[in-house]
Amino acid sequence: MIIEKPKIKVENLDLYYGSFQALKKVTISIEEKKITSIIGPSGCGKSTLLRVFNRMNDLVEGIRIEGLVEIDGENIYAKDTNMVALRKKVGMVFQRPNPFPLSIYDNVIYGPRVHGERNRKKLDEIVEKSLRAVLLFDELKDKLDRSALSLSLESQQRLCISRLLAVQPDVILLDEPCSALDPMATLKIEELLQVLKNDYTILIVTHNMQQAARASDNTFYMLLGEMIEYGPTEQVFTNPKDKRTEDYITGRFG
Amino acid sequence: MRDSRRYERVAFGVMAAATGIIIAPVLIILFIVLWYGVPGLSLEFLTAMPRDGMRAGGIFPAIVGTLVLTIGTAIFSIPLGILAAIYLNEYAGKNWMTRLVEISIINLAGIPSIVYGLFGLGLFVTFLGFGASILAGSLTLAIMTLPVIITATREALSSVPQQFREVSFSLGASRWQTVRGVVLPNAIPGILTGTILGLSRAAGETAPILFTVAAFYLPRLPESVFDQVMALPYHIYVLSTQVPNVSMKIQYSTVLVLVGMVFIMNIIAAYIRSKFRKRKTW
Ligand SMILES: Nc1ncnc2c1ncn2[C@@H]1O[C@H](COP(=O)(O)OP(=O)(O)OP(=O)(O)O)[C@@H](O)[C@H]1O
Ligand SMILES: [Mg+2]
Repeated sequence: MIIEKPKIKVENLDLYYGSFQALKKVTISIEEKKITSIIGPSGCGKSTLLRVFNRMNDLVEGIRIEGLVEIDGENIYAKDTNMVALRKKVGMVFQRPNPFPLSIYDNVIYGPRVHGERNRKKLDEIVEKSLRAVLLFDELKDKLDRSALSLSLESQQRLCISRLLAVQPDVILLDEPCSALDPMATLKIEELLQVLKNDYTILIVTHNMQQAARASDNTFYMLLGEMIEYGPTEQVFTNPKDKRTEDYITGRFG
Repeated sequence: MRDSRRYERVAFGVMAAATGIIIAPVLIILFIVLWYGVPGLSLEFLTAMPRDGMRAGGIFPAIVGTLVLTIGTAIFSIPLGILAAIYLNEYAGKNWMTRLVEISIINLAGIPSIVYGLFGLGLFVTFLGFGASILAGSLTLAIMTLPVIITATREALSSVPQQFREVSFSLGASRWQTVRGVVLPNAIPGILTGTILGLSRAAGETAPILFTVAAFYLPRLPESVFDQVMALPYHIYVLSTQVPNVSMKIQYSTVLVLVGMVFIMNIIAAYIRSKFRKRKTW
């Protein structure tokens, strides 16, 4: 698929955990302000690929990465990469809602505080803006000092997204963000993603075919660390080019 | 069928007996100490200087000595132990160096306390010239307590979910910001519990202070860290073996005071732990 001015560009990416190769010559360009879903059977390297973009893989011992990964035209694996700036720019939402055992307010301002914001008024503004963006503010504005753990799972996941928005990222990575949620909550999070895509480039890993079909603009199918198919979601789901993609999305395997 | 049931009943009986045997000494010790020790307790006993070659009066300087030594131990061992644990758990990779440090810490915990006493005598009292003093005694006790604090702190740090660290990193926080922002706040109850237990053990030790600080008979309060002090564990030893004709009452009451101090510290530790358990929800 040809994309002009991609937000993220990956070329011939190889990734090894020790001697095990988890990603093989992956090449993909991600469109700005679109939702791209990554699908594929368990263990095919979806999370691994996602964690390439904010370099969370760096925490794994014995990992080796070869190839080119650019965000906004900058090689994020260059020697002089500013990790703080990268992680501010590329945020991540995890599989299980994982708010800190702090108040709702303190969860949202964790990032800004880390980056040196001390002004109470500014922080208040950030909290309001970030919670509004995930449609939680009106419900929670009088309960900001409550523990984040007292919220429902769906609200916790929203809070985790707003905690991320508070550091003003460009790119949001979501690794199966709905797998701990019920179908209703899942739909609501998907709605939220549609709103967020006006301002953010979104990558979502999902096991849920309907979710990918419903919620994403482009779909990337991988198998055993390799790219099998990448294209507009509609085309991938209705008219896949590769037999293996077809088998997977029709549920014949995976 | 009937055989297996009888077998089960016997097994149950054996286990119950084993449990009984474990708690029996604790109960017996507590009972005896309370029975003989309580009658001798009085405000005067707790706040007066000893008189008549320790056969009368109070044990005030020994109480103060033990408190001072415990505080001194805390001052030296807590920062060092916690920092070492943070380094080992949060920064150091898994290589032969850290493995070596880990093995040393485990072995340090197994060294008999009299060896610490001799080590303190050699290093602090003689070589560094602190003399038998609060400083030398606190340092010796601190070294003995370090492995306990390091181990407890590492356990507390490890119990903080890895997810929290990942989230913090993913928001752009540095390692130290992550430790300070999410790891330590969630580990502090565990660290406190382990630390207090370690200190309470130090408070009751005799051998490490024997040559490094404990005074046989010193009926006044210390004025500087280079002074000697009396201390409860050593005082008990002195009363029961070195001074003829000390009344049982004084001996038992002294034991009661020491056991009471250690007991209070342990209760505080248990309280912190149980409060934390209830709050923990991840
Ligand atoms: N830290 C690691 N060390 C070694 N191998 C790893 C590590 N993390 C993942 N792997 C391996 O890399 C492969 C890809 O893992 P990854 O977690 O990216 O798969 P996934 O597509 O996200 O799977 P799932 O759908 O189950 O989440 C798997 O075979 C996995 O066993
Ligand atoms: Mg995964």
